[in-house]
Amino acid sequence: MNLNEEVELLKGVPILAKIEPAKLKLLAFTSERMNFVEGQEICHQGDPGDAMYVILGGVADVLIDTPAGQIQVSEMNKNDFFGEIAILCDVPRTATIKAREPLNTLKISKDTFYRMVGEFPQMAIEIMRELAHRVEDTNKKLREATANNKAA
Amino acid sequence: MQRNLFTYIWRHSRPEQIVILGLVVLAQVFYFLSLTVPKAVINDGIQGNAFKDSKTIPFLVFEFDLSAILPGKVIRIFDGFQVDQLGYLVTMSFVFLGAVIVNGLFKKTINTQKGRMGERMLRRLRYELYERILRFPPAHFRKVKQAELATMIKDEVEPLGGFIGDAFVQPMFLGGQALTAILFIMLQNWLLGIVVIVLLGVQMAIVPRLRRPVLVLGRQRQITARQLAGRIAETADGVHEIHIHGAANYERADIAERLGRIFKIRFDLYQKKFVAKFWNNILSQATPFAIYLVGGYFAITGQMDVGAVVGVLLAYKDLPSPIKELLDWDQQRQDVQIKYEQVIDQFQPEGMMPETLQALPDGPPPPLGRELALAGITVSEDGRVKQLDSVSMVLPTCSKLAVIGGSSSGKDVLGQVLARLTMPSAGSIKIDGNDFFQLPEYVLGSRTAYIGQETYLFPLSVRDNLLFGLKNRPVAPATYDDALKDEREAFWKESVRAGNPALDPNADWIDYELAGATGPADLLPCMVDVLKQVELDEDIYALGLRGTIDQAARPDLTERILKARHAMHGRLQDPSYAGLVETFTADRYNRNLSVAENILFGTPLGKDFAGDNIAVDPYMQSVLRATGIDLDLQRVGLTIAETMVELFSGLSPDNPLFEQYSFISADELPNVRLLLQRLGGKGIDAVPEADRPRLMTLPFRYIEARHRLGLIDAAMEERLLAARHAFASGLPESLRGAVEFYDFERYNSAATLQDNILFGRLVYGQAQGEQRIGTLTSEVLNKLGLHNSVIEVGLEYNVGVGGKRLTATQRQKLGIARALIKRPQLMIVNEAVASFDGRTQDRIRDNILATAKKDDRGIVWIASRPAQAEPFEQIVVMQGGRIAAHGAPSDLAAKGGLYAELMASA
Repeated sequence: MNLNEEVELLKGVPILAKIEPAKLKLLAFTSERMNFVEGQEICHQGDPGDAMYVILGGVADVLIDTPAGQIQVSEMNKNDFFGEIAILCDVPRTATIKAREPLNTLKISKDTFYRMVGEFPQMAIEIMRELAHRVEDTNKKLREATANNKAA
Repeated sequence: MQRNLFTYIWRHSRPEQIVILGLVVLAQVFYFLSLTVPKAVINDGIQGNAFKDSKTIPFLVFEFDLSAILPGKVIRIFDGFQVDQLGYLVTMSFVFLGAVIVNGLFKKTINTQKGRMGERMLRRLRYELYERILRFPPAHFRKVKQAELATMIKDEVEPLGGFIGDAFVQPMFLGGQALTAILFIMLQNWLLGIVVIVLLGVQMAIVPRLRRPVLVLGRQRQITARQLAGRIAETADGVHEIHIHGAANYERADIAERLGRIFKIRFDLYQKKFVAKFWNNILSQATPFAIYLVGGYFAITGQMDVGAVVGVLLAYKDLPSPIKELLDWDQQRQDVQIKYEQVIDQFQPEGMMPETLQALPDGPPPPLGRELALAGITVSEDGRVKQLDSVSMVLPTCSKLAVIGGSSSGKDVLGQVLARLTMPSAGSIKIDGNDFFQLPEYVLGSRTAYIGQETYLFPLSVRDNLLFGLKNRPVAPATYDDALKDEREAFWKESVRAGNPALDPNADWIDYELAGATGPADLLPCMVDVLKQVELDEDIYALGLRGTIDQAARPDLTERILKARHAMHGRLQDPSYAGLVETFTADRYNRNLSVAENILFGTPLGKDFAGDNIAVDPYMQSVLRATGIDLDLQRVGLTIAETMVELFSGLSPDNPLFEQYSFISADELPNVRLLLQRLGGKGIDAVPEADRPRLMTLPFRYIEARHRLGLIDAAMEERLLAARHAFASGLPESLRGAVEFYDFERYNSAATLQDNILFGRLVYGQAQGEQRIGTLTSEVLNKLGLHNSVIEVGLEYNVGVGGKRLTATQRQKLGIARALIKRPQLMIVNEAVASFDGRTQDRIRDNILATAKKDDRGIVWIASRPAQAEPFEQIVVMQGGRIAAHGAPSDLAAKGGLYAELMASA
């Protein structure tokens, strides 16, 4: 997979979707391709995070520690991305991600990400827009849940 | 040191000065001959005056004329040759030539002798000054600036060397000439002579007086220039502070002010100098004026004939030049005397260490002694604030003692006093009854160790820094072959003549016994052991993997590294390591190497193929043309250029992404963009010849696996491989030494150890690839017993100026290791681990304490955190420069008080 194909994939990532292709290309070029073998952890819950990942190929499990042990809460496929929360607000990783099969990712480091955002404020606005949508989405769900609770 | 330069010169160069003086006197004979012979040539040889009576005259008659004692008695030993006029002319001409040559030889010899003597004295002076720096009291370094010391030894004493040769010879020689001329004038007319002497006396009295302000200004010039040197060094030392605080303009103001002051001094100097010159000229012309006036008067009144007046004038003609030179010499004398005083004043601070403390030991150092007794130790710089206040204690040299206290408790000063870095203003320290401060430095240096909060490393290898403390005396002389031996002997003889010690830095200075080794062979385990104690071994191992070994120097080691390569490749066959390493294979393109590395398929030696040079090398270009891929590579270059312009155009030039990722620097990008615009998509054929080299460098840096632009496809790989083979097979003889090819069966001296073991590259983007291969490498090397050898290579790593190529933690660890390797009888650790993280602090403390207990050696641990004191046998609690409590931890805990307070706060 070469740079242009990676850019195509990045276009499918929601928070990056509205950014111009030239900038995405720079983001891809300055990011590192990282391959994981089956069973390898991409990140571990509780560790500090320094990069976000976009899955270019393969499947990964999302695992969360519970008092009863680690449980799988979902899985991630091509085009999915994770780790953006850790690099945006400096919180430890909220889940463990483990490769279920050979996994091919693009690793966007925190430094690169911030340098890009600093250089192109438009990118920051696009990301803000995406995050605002998410907040709105969560609020909506919360309202519905509260309404359901009251109804019940 | 003598304050008078002349006394100093005379004392150290008396025999040489006398020899030179003798030579000068002897030279006068030949000088006189070279003046009289022309007269004989003209009168007798050409005009034939001596041949008026006979055709031939005797030549080279050798006789003693004793007629003064016995009238008419002449003893003739040799009657001489009979020569005719032509023969006489020829002979005398050759005599003249001979006299000129001899005269020239004398001049040459005298000047050489003077030069050598001057240089010798300069060497002696410089050495003595440097030697004094080594004996300065430690506190003095808080007052002097290092750059000023360097300027003084390097520049300020330099003019002295030129003067020393003339110091005695010049005045005697010139004075003699002047006296002869004056004597001649006196013989013509004593009155006129007296007039001349009086006028000369006035000149000699006034001119130096006029020159005095010049000398005073000269002294100021010297001091201000020295301070300027100091300030410039300060700027370099504090450059980070200047940037951080934005104080650059304040610094500019300061320097401009200083330069202004220097300008004023220098300009004043010019003015005063030319005023002095003016009066000098007037006064020197006053004498002929007097001769004309007085001599003329005598001639008119008939008291003196005209011929005598002319004679006096002619004699006077010879007088001004020696007088002027004498005056110049005198000025120079005063000038260098001032310079000399200025310099040596800076080199005799109070409290210099006596020379005996630094005498060269003639054998292994004696043991330190059993017990230090401190009595009433007080440290105070100004007499009021006491950093230590009457500290008394008995400290067995084998005690395991911790000192705790607040930050101004004086605990660190106590450590410095025990290392003799700070001199107490009152009180005494006795070691087994003898004065601790009279203990020779080498005993202290080899039997005790001190580590402070900061470690200075010399810009040498890690190894040299680590072994620095073992070099107290030459243990074994260096071995030289016969030719070199004579050269060295002559070198040392000269050293002794100039008052320098005949010590050989090439000798083996390492005291192996001190480190617990028997010789060079078993020193490595000792070094590794101390590196382990301070947890620096893995860092040095990593440096070793990045280092190189010269196969010619270590054939045994490279042989074993080759074994490791084989073992490594055996292990890499394991499927779990699949895809982590791409090996160097002669007939396969390596996607994790750059295009340059792929074509070269080896390591460049020298400049021909290093860096971007490979793209413009004529041989490389001819290979590319022959294999027909030069245009294709340029096309790749064009694509890279287009991509870079597309990617980086919007970025500000100082964005770090540029430096990290762009193929084209921020400065160059606009030019490339302009080039692409001119091309307008017309392709490689339209690129002007002048721009091609620039495009050519781009593909050479391209690594397919890393940059992922998809530019090297399978077909291109094949063609690049063809270029690789063509490059190797056609390499001309002259370039054989410019590249060392990869060969699985041979060690590559130019490549790093890591490359040699791995014989391949880590594949980009394999998660944990580097760590896993690192672990595997370590395992393989351990199995072959090569781990220490890699550390040995790492020990050769140069630490850079002030150790800046190591991290602060590594520097400090190396400092501790340097102390530990001496196995000191008493080790003072003065908050030396404070910069490490808490757990590392404790581990290193435990390591040090454990070895000390094992060998029954002493430790004084001045703790940055009170909790560190816990495992020590004795604890001293300090407060306000005094000992507040002293005892075993359990006793102190039982008593409570300050100890409990400190422990609770930790």
